[in-house]
Amino acid sequence: MSMDQWGQPYQRDPASPVRPYAVTGGRTAPRMQLALEALVSSATANSDLTNRPPEWRAISALCRQVRSVAEVSALLRIPLGVVRILIADMTTEGYLHVHQPQLDAGRPDVNLLERVLSGLRRL
Amino acid sequence: MDLEGSSRGLTSAKIVVAGGFGVGKTTFVGAVSEIVPLTTEAVMTDAAKDVDDIGLIPNKTTTTVAMDFGRVSLDRDLILYLFGTPGQHRFWFMWDDLVRGAIGAVVLVDMRRLADSFPAVDYFEEAELPFIVGVNGFDGQFNHGEDEIREALTISPGIPIVRTDARSRESVKNTLITLVEHALTSRVGAPGW
Ligand SMILES: Nc1nc2c(ncn2[C@@H]2O[C@H](COP(=O)(O)OP(=O)(O)OP(=O)(O)O)[C@@H](O)[C@H]2O)c(=O)[nH]1
Ligand SMILES: [Mg+2]
Repeated sequence: MSMDQWGQPYQRDPASPVRPYAVTGGRTAPRMQLALEALVSSATANSDLTNRPPEWRAISALCRQVRSVAEVSALLRIPLGVVRILIADMTTEGYLHVHQPQLDAGRPDVNLLERVLSGLRRL
Repeated sequence: MDLEGSSRGLTSAKIVVAGGFGVGKTTFVGAVSEIVPLTTEAVMTDAAKDVDDIGLIPNKTTTTVAMDFGRVSLDRDLILYLFGTPGQHRFWFMWDDLVRGAIGAVVLVDMRRLADSFPAVDYFEEAELPFIVGVNGFDGQFNHGEDEIREALTISPGIPIVRTDARSRESVKNTLITLVEHALTSRVGAPGW
């Protein structure tokens, strides 16, 4: 069984393949478009989340370190579509900060490409 | 990490690693990743049903697609993610998600099974995503010439073909550099490409 960041077991299996959207109340569309690689960081202390679903607390704790949407999904074993809805909801309510990639007409801008190139050369 | 001040200029980018079954995608990602490649799963939803052949999986209303990825911190504020494409080409809805906003793609090719990379090449051409071909020389085998590969894959002369070794960090790094240079050239050379 998965454990959350405080070692408490989840009340439900977040990876349940049967009804993956149960935790979102059946909604399958997020409130904002989130790239797989969009970065997510916690905006609040976890005490603010005591009455929230265990998934919210787990996401908030995990994102004390900056993580991508894909990492949150993989590390908490929550399917991507579900995790996107949760992250969008939590961001709307001020629990998370999201840093979307710098796109220019749907593509990474030239400045970003140049930064990536010099970063790779330094590796 | 400080959540307010230092994260202001924080940004990320992604590169897609594609190719046929067992061609070395996960190995390639793992060679430069600072984390052991992770796997995320997407559940096929109603919206994607018409894309996938739901008829193949009777008595099931959802199916999951797994894809793996790695992370490379390039500087304090910039994280690069490398995503391996899901093996089954029929999950095109996942490819759309992968390609959106990507820098470009590396199509890994096993010379013994060139045809396995046709779907990836077709897809990236259609999506107008810059890509290069990385020939993964299993056991040092590079028994086709570059021209032969180019012709077999019917790719234009402007698309780089490089030899790579998915197990070598240095080789993978150089392959990624070639891709980003190619993406920059495509952008600068043809505005609105
Ligand atoms: N000899 C040799 N073996 C390699 C090379 N690259 C990968 N392999 C091996 O080939 C096998 C498949 O590599 P993976 O990285 O799992 O390939 P993949 O494309 O992720 O495979 P799927 O996700 O199943 O499609 C592994 O056993 C690797 O160790 C290479 O350059 N040379
Ligand atoms: Mg793999």
